[in-house]
Amino acid sequence: MSLPVARKPALRRFHQARWDEPVVFELSAPGERGVIPSQVEPAVRALVGDVVSGLPDGLRRAAPPALPELGQMRVLRHYLRLSQENLGADLNVDVGQGTCTMKYSPKVNDRLAAHPSLLDLHPLQDLADAQGILEIIWRTQRMLAEISGMDEVGLHTQGGSAAIWANIAMIRAYFEGRGEAEQRTEVITTIFSHPSNAATAKAAGYEVITIYPDADGYPDIEAFKRALSPRTAAIMVTNPEDTGIYNPRIAEWVELAHSVGALASYDQANANGILGITRARDAGFDVCHFNLHKTFGTPHGSGGPGAGANGVAAHLVPFLPRPIVVRDDDGTFRLDDVRPLSIGKVAPFYGVVPNIVRAYAWIRALGADGLRAVAETAVLNNNYLMARVLQIPGASAPYATGRRRIEQVRYSWQDLYSETGISSEEIGVRASDYGMHYWTSHHPYVVPQPFTLEPTESYSKSELDEYADVLAQVAREAREAPDVVRTAPHNQTVHHTHHDDLDDPERWATSWRAYQRKYGCGDPGSSPG
Amino acid sequence: MSPMSAPYAHPYVPNSAPEARAAMLAAVGVTSVDEFYADVPDALRLHRPLDLPPALVAEQDLARHVTGLLDRNRPLAPGRSFLGAGTYHHHVPAVVDEVIGRSEFLTAYAGEPYEDHGRFQALFEYESLMAELLAMDVVTVPTYDSFQAASTALAMAGRITGRRTVLVASEVLPDRRSRVHDFVRPYLDLVDVPPRDAIADLPALLAVLDESVAAVWVETPSHTGAIETRLAEVAEAAHAVGAIVVVSTDPICYGVLTPPASHGADIVCGDLQSLGLHAYYGGAHGGFLAVHDDPRFVMELPSRIFGLAATDVPGEYGFGDVAYERTSFAVREEGKEWVGTAAALWGIAAGVYLALQGPQGMAELGETILARTRYAQQRLQGIPGVRLGDDAVHFREFTIELSGVSPASVVERLRPLGIAPGVPLDDQRLLICVTETNTSDDIDALAAAVAAILEEDHR
Repeated sequence: MSLPVARKPALRRFHQARWDEPVVFELSAPGERGVIPSQVEPAVRALVGDVVSGLPDGLRRAAPPALPELGQMRVLRHYLRLSQENLGADLNVDVGQGTCTMKYSPKVNDRLAAHPSLLDLHPLQDLADAQGILEIIWRTQRMLAEISGMDEVGLHTQGGSAAIWANIAMIRAYFEGRGEAEQRTEVITTIFSHPSNAATAKAAGYEVITIYPDADGYPDIEAFKRALSPRTAAIMVTNPEDTGIYNPRIAEWVELAHSVGALASYDQANANGILGITRARDAGFDVCHFNLHKTFGTPHGSGGPGAGANGVAAHLVPFLPRPIVVRDDDGTFRLDDVRPLSIGKVAPFYGVVPNIVRAYAWIRALGADGLRAVAETAVLNNNYLMARVLQIPGASAPYATGRRRIEQVRYSWQDLYSETGISSEEIGVRASDYGMHYWTSHHPYVVPQPFTLEPTESYSKSELDEYADVLAQVAREAREAPDVVRTAPHNQTVHHTHHDDLDDPERWATSWRAYQRKYGCGDPGSSPG
Repeated sequence: MSPMSAPYAHPYVPNSAPEARAAMLAAVGVTSVDEFYADVPDALRLHRPLDLPPALVAEQDLARHVTGLLDRNRPLAPGRSFLGAGTYHHHVPAVVDEVIGRSEFLTAYAGEPYEDHGRFQALFEYESLMAELLAMDVVTVPTYDSFQAASTALAMAGRITGRRTVLVASEVLPDRRSRVHDFVRPYLDLVDVPPRDAIADLPALLAVLDESVAAVWVETPSHTGAIETRLAEVAEAAHAVGAIVVVSTDPICYGVLTPPASHGADIVCGDLQSLGLHAYYGGAHGGFLAVHDDPRFVMELPSRIFGLAATDVPGEYGFGDVAYERTSFAVREEGKEWVGTAAALWGIAAGVYLALQGPQGMAELGETILARTRYAQQRLQGIPGVRLGDDAVHFREFTIELSGVSPASVVERLRPLGIAPGVPLDDQRLLICVTETNTSDDIDALAAAVAAILEEDHR
């Protein structure tokens, strides 16, 4: 064929990298070295002798750990191949992971977070040596206080669930201080709030009451009223919920909670659509958290580290984790670590520093108008994508029919499933063949055959169109060529995987070591290296 | 000015361009984004712009501003910091930074085993490399940090035994203890059995070890760097009464030291920061949890475990979640504690680190740290007015007791020399940390500086 090149087909002919890379242990070649550590100097050896031989009986490792032996470039190539076999958000129109706000993590922020003065700074150095990072932490605390309307913010935690834990730990300490800990044994949440609200409350020792939606998809306020009692310690809710529906009576919920003496904790994982529109404190909440890796643009790191922020109203400030960065009148920054009512240390030192730097830079790049543009665009994108998805036969958006959504939607393929027997999970696997990540929802599947899309502000109109086109194509395949969907993936690194072994203690292979023990295979050197 | 009428499209917000916005609004059939917010009552609306500093929309301006702030940090010259106490200066191989800086790993999140095969394999390999180092078959995807790992390890012991008492047999990092206490206090009581000469006081432990004990908690190296030499005896006694042995540790020492499982530990936990992560002002911590392949223990783990699975194609490795039904992702509050975004990228880093080091690297590294620790102890204890805090075997950290001068004043007086000699623990003891990044020259400089202060004061 010769020029001109034909136009591209409507859908991308994607294929994921397939290096067929062995497990790293299979690459081992005796004697190879990846790095050489700094060696014991002659002067040291002369003074201390052979310290390893001198170890007390039983303390010296009898046989070296069976780690693989690889040259440096082979290690690099192995992991670069694995990275190519991974569809990060930078390569993907990553709107399929609803609730997780997969937005752009600006590259300049990665570069700033890797500033050499940060990499080797020790957290116990003199505070005079750390004024730059302390100022960034302090400024981030203040900006998030303004964004949430709260009085003070702590940035200690490493993820959203860790921040939710800190919220319930502060609530628990608050009621202990008031002598009400014995009385208040229950926490109320909603089914469309993130599962960690329920799970952290349980881990803190509370009974969990879960409110389901009413017929319109709003959390059922009558059920909520019946659940409230003097035993209630707190409500822990997300709003908008994971359906993308904003509870218009949220202030009333908070008032009702307060009327029985309970506190109100706001999971702001879904804040991306309401930045600068409405604030946690203005709805009366006592405590809230943000995920800096969702709303504030820090990368998700294959599952962390993220970073959490805890915002509290004045009456909970004493309970914040230690320490808090404060600014003295002379403009220097220091740590306020003398906080007798504090729940203590929730994490090492001062939080996920690289991500605090990134979040600071992200907010500064946008400013107040930019944050509002983020929120409004995320919501516009979501409603645009919803209009596109609802045109696909078999897709629906249960609840609040005809109403707009905030930043995400929990959809259903129930109609398609009834018609074709193809499940939402199967659609997700097939969508990966087109280079798209797709997720169903948290469990339990209250919405049948669920999927949850959250476009954020980061994707262009044509990218949203492409995502909707892929879903439409897979739905079409479900009707016209269901075997293609059922036998997916076809364009991925690996083929259909058999998951049954993963639930059987006799058969599961939790590590290479366990695999070799149970199956007697994996002879090093037998695979191509 | 309505934000949507800004004169430019923000580079991070493509559809804020007027043309795209108008087309999308028309497609949805609304005239204004306000219609999307119909459910947000007017009383809850913020009727003013957020009070934030002005935007730095030009990347150049942003970079200059943030760099300007960060330039005010003053890290110490390599080797001149003897600070530890939870965060450590270890050498980070360049390949580690290269791999975890890869966009595909850095920006991924919760993809499924197909489109995120690489992440699953890299984390399975992390689990497997740690498993070899620790001589245990099950290691989870990382949790937040060593604080959470120890909290969960002890909570698991409580759930498995149905008992309330935890005997704390070591000097534990105080911040870690603070977190553990607040985490487990509804169902566990921490009871200290103070160590003797920095290691477990076995007779005192035996005196209180009975069938009310859920776990014995040993930290080795301890807060002061002491290696526990009686772990096997502790474990034997604990197991005799049905108690579980929880060891919190730092994996960096197990190229040369016997791993705790070989002495009877049931749950081993700790931090990953030493394995390929920068100090980062204390902001790069990940936690590991390891157990034997015993469903009683595995089913109590809250974190995900990526396991190996077969696919339709011979010779192809697939991956998936081991025993997912125990997690809060599957069953909300009925799961074990909770699981969420934690420290997966740091797990990938630790895996790359161990693959680079190999058995020989870990052994040599362990020897270097042991030797230089011992060297520093000997150089310092020769100084009049300095004695070692205890006679235990130390790895990386140890204390000295000073007479005639306070540790805080030593820290203050070495500051002009660009040396941070350690962390004062009280009015007498200074906690000194020596890693492979502190050479014999660095240690000599430290010893000379400390000697000069003491000499000056005695003159």
